[in-house]
Amino acid sequence: MSSASSDEELGTEYTFYRDKPDWKDIEPLSQDEDDPVVAIDYSPEFTDVFNYFRAIVSKGEKSERALILTKDAVKLNPANYTVWQYRREVLKELNKDLYEELCFIEAIIFKQPKNYQVWQHRRILVEWVNDPKYEKNVTKIAIEKDAKNYHAWQHRQWVIKRFNLYEDELNFVEKLIELDVRNNSAWNHRYFIINNSTGFTEDILRKEIDFTLENIRKATENESSWNYLRGLVLHNNQGLSGNKTITEFCESLYSSGNKSSFLLSLIVDICGEQASKGVVDADVKIERGRALCEELATKIDPIRKNYWRYIAENLENGIKTSGDSSKVL
Amino acid sequence: MTFRLSCRDLEFLKTLRFNDEDLQTLTSTEQKEVEETVLKKYSTFHASKKAYDSAPDVNRHKHALFLTDSLLNLSKGYEALDASRTWICYWVLHSLSLLEVLIGDKVKTACTQFLAKCQNPTGGFGGGPGQISHLAPTYAAVNALIILGTEEAYKVINREKLSDFLWTLKQQNGSFCMHVDGEIDIRGVYCALAVASLTNILSDKLCENTAGWIISCQTYEGGFGGCPDMEAHGGYTFCGLASLIILGKHHLCDIQSLLRWLVHRQMSLEGGFQGRTNKLVDGCYSFWQGAAFTLIHNLLDNPPQHYLFDNRALQEYILICAQHSNGGLIDKPGKHRDEYHSCYVLSGLSIAQHFNSDYQILGNSRNEVACTHPVYNIRVDLLKKGIFHYRASKLVEEL
Ligand SMILES: [Zn+2]
Repeated sequence: MSSASSDEELGTEYTFYRDKPDWKDIEPLSQDEDDPVVAIDYSPEFTDVFNYFRAIVSKGEKSERALILTKDAVKLNPANYTVWQYRREVLKELNKDLYEELCFIEAIIFKQPKNYQVWQHRRILVEWVNDPKYEKNVTKIAIEKDAKNYHAWQHRQWVIKRFNLYEDELNFVEKLIELDVRNNSAWNHRYFIINNSTGFTEDILRKEIDFTLENIRKATENESSWNYLRGLVLHNNQGLSGNKTITEFCESLYSSGNKSSFLLSLIVDICGEQASKGVVDADVKIERGRALCEELATKIDPIRKNYWRYIAENLENGIKTSGDSSKVL
Repeated sequence: MTFRLSCRDLEFLKTLRFNDEDLQTLTSTEQKEVEETVLKKYSTFHASKKAYDSAPDVNRHKHALFLTDSLLNLSKGYEALDASRTWICYWVLHSLSLLEVLIGDKVKTACTQFLAKCQNPTGGFGGGPGQISHLAPTYAAVNALIILGTEEAYKVINREKLSDFLWTLKQQNGSFCMHVDGEIDIRGVYCALAVASLTNILSDKLCENTAGWIISCQTYEGGFGGCPDMEAHGGYTFCGLASLIILGKHHLCDIQSLLRWLVHRQMSLEGGFQGRTNKLVDGCYSFWQGAAFTLIHNLLDNPPQHYLFDNRALQEYILICAQHSNGGLIDKPGKHRDEYHSCYVLSGLSIAQHFNSDYQILGNSRNEVACTHPVYNIRVDLLKKGIFHYRASKLVEEL
């Protein structure tokens, strides 16, 4: 909840709209409620601004003063989508300089980076000017402040897709992964870039698997890199068990005594896959997978006990549990 | 059958701390901080509990006071939620219904009239009177009216206009934008399908291409993002899965990878859920992730006889870490209470307690809250009554 007082937001020398001579012609419109519930104890400034906002909307007035009023209104409540929508209508009607508006919204975004409306407003402006040149920088700053800000990532992905700005993106994301290898948003972005630009060709797949295994070595309990590895395998028609780099990596990590639940989970799936392919020692594979599940359930990952037992049961029943790539891609 | 559960052993919990393998990053530092805060709460409970206590009580009385208070008056600090008043109405009414707190006729009528004022002549509801229609407050208003459950409340919804409103938001690719000129994400699909199915205005044409679009939001991790290519996220995963179930198209998604992603969102030590991989525990995901387990359960080829998450650990987190001492529920220890978290933490508690027809209650049996529906998040009996009402009403085409 915003604790900033409205006086602070609007400046100390706030003049009520009801006292402004150039608003004398407008009859303020109070909120239409008789027996209010969830009634907010609005500050006098809030009530004043929104009474005048309702009045100009009902008149359909699209003027310079209306534009200033919407600015005051969104400063008081940047989540008011009705105000933003009306502001856009006024901007259009008055043919305003949209680059100025981009600056204005940038400042609000940095104050309210987790608000749907401010990012949507920016996105529409970028569409209108048909110019994405500031977007990478704005999202970069937002991501520097909060590396997992969903809205910032979503805006960045949109602008990259919309204007084909994939170039240099891998560098950007690589630095973020270096900074925090557990930043899942960065891994997801990496997947997005490759999937939508070069695609996971055989060559790229090999490079990506190496990159990921290297990062898994640094932090074997990091779910993000393991998940990314599974994502890569979706593009490999030999599956998990058919990829020697991966299976050998897993076996050597396991032999070194590593007990990462993600490692064991992957070996379980490798065993299941091998068994379903009808290898001669299928029952040995199933037995191994089952034993790993039991170790996960009782020792390594007890919170997921029920899940590991379910997986073990289905290994024996031969039900496919390793996912179906055709459905995700 | 009712099962009584008790808390996990404290010494055992201490062994579950995150292992950063001597590679400290911002993620691991924050995670460890939260774990220590949570462990402190668990230690305090274990140190102070009496021999016969197995878990703390749900502070029903204090929660009810906080909630009924917000139903009437909100402080100036809520100005930032002035475009979410319909939501607050739903969050509070739903929470109170789970706690089985009865609401007087006068307040019910006031709520009904307020929601009616939020409805626009062109269909749909805004976040407050005079605000343009938006899918999120529309969902909240429809749910709130069904929870109110009176003839008067049911009659508020102009179904024909609601259908028109949904059509103005429908995109060719099957998705929905949140309002005219608004953002497109998977919340839009869920809100549209939920209100349309509840009020019996869902047609095949309205959801043409929608299942395909939802599937395109499933990520390589297994969960769903807000839109194609975005990171898997608890709230959006709930929206995606619940929508597929409304459409009867759940077989189109990869259930096993979804399940794998989902089970890993439960935090080993804390017991609650995180929203995304490598993020922190947050009480509201008790519902978003928890309900997804209920939804997914019946879609499995070979559904097990028990929950696929640890419902005892989740209840433990909720009772010990997510109750504010003055009433209301919270994200995590040290956070402010609010109506949103009160609603979704209590809803998550309901999910954790009710498995098929069993009741699995941590602590005193008085801790049981009513059973919520995992698709709509409305108390099951109120939902049935509402659906029955609108089924008996004419289809939009016949109006
Ligand atoms: Zn939350």
